Amino acid sequence: MTLTQHDIDQEIAAEHAAYEKRVADGAPVEHHPRRDYAPYRSSVLRHPKQPLVAIDASKDPELVELSSPAFGERDITGIDNDLTRQHTGEPIGERITVSGRLLDRDGRPVRSQLVEIWQANSAGRYAHQREQHDAPLDPNFTGVGRTLTDSDGFYRFTTIQPGPYPWRNHVNAWRPAHIHFSVFGSAFTQRLVTQMYFPNDPLFPYDPILQSVTDDAARQRLVATYDHSLSVPEFSLGYHWDIVLDGPAATWIEEGR
Amino acid sequence: MTKIDTSSPEGVLPTPSHTVGPFYGYALPFRGGEEIAPLGHPDTITVHGYVSDGEGRPLPDALVEVWGPDPEGNLPAVDGSMRRDPASGGFLGRNGVEFTGFGRIQTDADGHWYARTLRPGARGENAPYLSVCVFARGLLVHLFTRIYLPGDEAALASDPLLAQLDAERRGTLIAGDEGNGTYRFDIRLQGEGETVFLEFR
Ligand SMILES: [Fe+3]
Repeated sequence: MTLTQHDIDQEIAAEHAAYEKRVADGAPVEHHPRRDYAPYRSSVLRHPKQPLVAIDASKDPELVELSSPAFGERDITGIDNDLTRQHTGEPIGERITVSGRLLDRDGRPVRSQLVEIWQANSAGRYAHQREQHDAPLDPNFTGVGRTLTDSDGFYRFTTIQPGPYPWRNHVNAWRPAHIHFSVFGSAFTQRLVTQMYFPNDPLFPYDPILQSVTDDAARQRLVATYDHSLSVPEFSLGYHWDIVLDGPAATWIEEGR
Repeated sequence: MTKIDTSSPEGVLPTPSHTVGPFYGYALPFRGGEEIAPLGHPDTITVHGYVSDGEGRPLPDALVEVWGPDPEGNLPAVDGSMRRDPASGGFLGRNGVEFTGFGRIQTDADGHWYARTLRPGARGENAPYLSVCVFARGLLVHLFTRIYLPGDEAALASDPLLAQLDAERRGTLIAGDEGNGTYRFDIRLQGEGETVFLEFR
């Protein structure tokens, strides 16, 4: 049986209604997707069915997970945060500057930590070999960047506006334009992989990956803000996107620092 | 709005997690990601296994991150896991001497992964373990688990996490001894023998 956008829309609406009802009945706000969110079909066989086992990180300062791998200048080259300068020619597309702060749940900056990004090119094609979408490859764009946050927690990338692309979740499934982010905190418990979206994308309501974040306010936190002060004259449009890491931080280790 | 106001005393709300997707291949894996132990170190162990789904099929696109202490139980604060070559811009790999404690491995087409790292030392009341974070297409939020090594039954018996699990589930966190410092650790995302996954509060 062919799975249509209409089928997926109905599933998305049902999941959203079920979440609203849970909250109305007193359940806590859910900031993250549920791993068993079925409108995203790849999740069906890849989520645990047993409940996660909880560990109270405030009880044991010796937990390995309360510290984080370290990254430094050796792990970065000078142009790693400029995705438009990694080849001999200029990539095709609209240049953008993406910048923001990496913060913990207390609003404190996470300093000198690694931020990695990857994305499709302006035609909506990844350089990856398994990518089936037949939009053109850009020989001047790999779509990969990395940087370290500075002493105020800021990161900054120069790249190309990615294009939306089709995928095979259902017939006529299209991903809104997005940039994938991978970030580390001061504790391994704060590890985060996510995706940043661009404001006012008409594909938002149709995308089961974005809609897997059923809380409306939480979903908004995945959408960058156009920021004219970040736009570079005669060069690029600016987007601001702050990232807040969840999970217990390494407060034990930070004491006395 | 994604400019976060950090002036409120109650703290700020987290950025939601999303799947790593299938196309992270140029971005996240790095040369030598699985070779965490300094070259020739006598306390080197090999940990390997398969990542499988709810039908027992291996995942050819899972990403496993390993993080652990040195044999004395100290957690390194050393960078250089993914040293870069300033000439080519490519990955150089580690410097062969320093121990960063961190590795990142993509499963191969058979769903298999391995890491060579140092035998972890104990910290506090915990039996020695390696922390593991699993990412995959289809997984909307990554999963944490732990690799405990067999052998020291007294340490395993008094470990606060293992002590609260029934025997069958406990077994999913203890690697199998294959001899010569090689250990087998499979990660089953769902179904029969489902691995114990953790949530930190
Ligand atoms: Fe993508």
